[in-house]
Amino acid sequence: MTCPEPTAPATVPQIPPDARDVMVADDISRALRRIGHEIIERNKGAADLVVLGIPSRGVPLAERLAAAISQVEGIDVPVGQLDVTLYRDDLRRQPTRAAGRTDIPAGGIDDKVVVLVDDVLYSGRTIRAALDALAELGRPRAVRLAVLVDRGHRELPIRADHVGKNLPTSREERVHVRLAEVDGADAVRISGGERR
Amino acid sequence: MTRHLISSADLTRHDVESILATAESMHDVQRREVKKVPTLRGRTVINFFFEDSTRTRSSFEIAGKWMSADTINLSAKGSSTSKGESLRDTAMTVDAMAVDALVIRHNASGAARQVSQWVRCSVINAGDGTHEHPTQALLDAYTLRSRMGRLDGKHVVIVGDLTHSRVFRSNVITLKTLGARVTVVAPPTLMPAGVTAWSETDGFATSWDLDAVIDGDDAVDAMMMLRVQRERMSGGYFPTAREYTVGYGLTRERLERLVRRNPDVLVMHPGPMNRGLEIAAEVADAPQSVVLDQVSAGVAVRMAVLYHLLAGESAEQLPEGAQA
Repeated sequence: MTCPEPTAPATVPQIPPDARDVMVADDISRALRRIGHEIIERNKGAADLVVLGIPSRGVPLAERLAAAISQVEGIDVPVGQLDVTLYRDDLRRQPTRAAGRTDIPAGGIDDKVVVLVDDVLYSGRTIRAALDALAELGRPRAVRLAVLVDRGHRELPIRADHVGKNLPTSREERVHVRLAEVDGADAVRISGGERR
Repeated sequence: MTRHLISSADLTRHDVESILATAESMHDVQRREVKKVPTLRGRTVINFFFEDSTRTRSSFEIAGKWMSADTINLSAKGSSTSKGESLRDTAMTVDAMAVDALVIRHNASGAARQVSQWVRCSVINAGDGTHEHPTQALLDAYTLRSRMGRLDGKHVVIVGDLTHSRVFRSNVITLKTLGARVTVVAPPTLMPAGVTAWSETDGFATSWDLDAVIDGDDAVDAMMMLRVQRERMSGGYFPTAREYTVGYGLTRERLERLVRRNPDVLVMHPGPMNRGLEIAAEVADAPQSVVLDQVSAGVAVRMAVLYHLLAGESAEQLPEGAQA
């Protein structure tokens, strides 16, 4: 038996040189701060919030978002990660990847408001898998979705509650999210397809 | 992509590390209240055990069930094998039912490889004669790694009935794959023929003297005690059980010497244990013993193996630009 190479930072495809910047580091931190404020406003505070990142790049985003909320509200927001590999519906169509870790904060998710965090919202299938994974771990009072980039082309009736940037794309284009914690520097870039 | 797991030598370092990483997340599932993930829904796994087994068979069954596969257990007794059906016919019959994986334990060395050439489904070797037991080596590696991190340069000593041990064969391969240093110890009568040539090509040490290894220059990080397989022996390998214990058993006195050299030494045993023969009862229950960790790792590692073999059937590539 053989296993495909992991999607570790070192093996992430190089961003083609013709890629265009969509967000730079300042844009990303401003977007996260705004999303933090939106969450606090909608939730009327930070009580009962649990922020869960979806690996790999949702995890550092979740940590930054939780830190932003904590800073405004002055309380520690529990943060964790939710691996959805085992719940994906496309496992049969792609090379098997190693499943990641799920790490739920000590207080659990029962009766909490869970904010799922991912880098790019595309087909919506990852989020569907995340909702299934969440249901096995407890019963949150509400689940909300925050994403850095919404690039459209949904295949399921799923939408984000909080979006860093709406980015109209064609399916031929590729969105690259790079984060300091994983890749050394922050950037959102787009490559491929026709220039618009 | 090979669909089978027959030998530990089939696995590259990257494969082993992928399986162990996946096993960690499977271990998380094992600790949850609802121990079930839908990953292998609609897949069927047959556990075909021609030999007795408690932990391997039950852990494969649990692993399949927790991944939502349908698992069916067959044993030689109660199947058509007892009516004289050949292994080939039995394997092809099961395969014709369109199952996805056949987990096989057989008393003949090479049985799993042979069966894999007759069937379309994935074959997982759960122990073939005195040849190999790859998932045992993986769960041992998982147990060691969860206690001591990376195995590069660690010194693992495997002691006991090497001649009849498939656990030893698979473990040497997997431990070397992960960069550990291995010493194998057995009385001359239980040291397999040809081990010298193998130890030279694969770079492990052999010894007839357990005390010399314990007190040697190279401190021991883990002691893996193998079961003395009375059912495989027609006698003559050593005079008495008492004499075996004196020369090769892990007694309390030997454990104390190991701990004095290395306070973090681990004691392993693949089970079932002959307490008082190859391992003293108090050593088996000592804080250094990770025997029950091994059993617990067994389910997680077998879930990971089933996942890697069965979850992604086609090797179709992820379309370019595909993102969540």
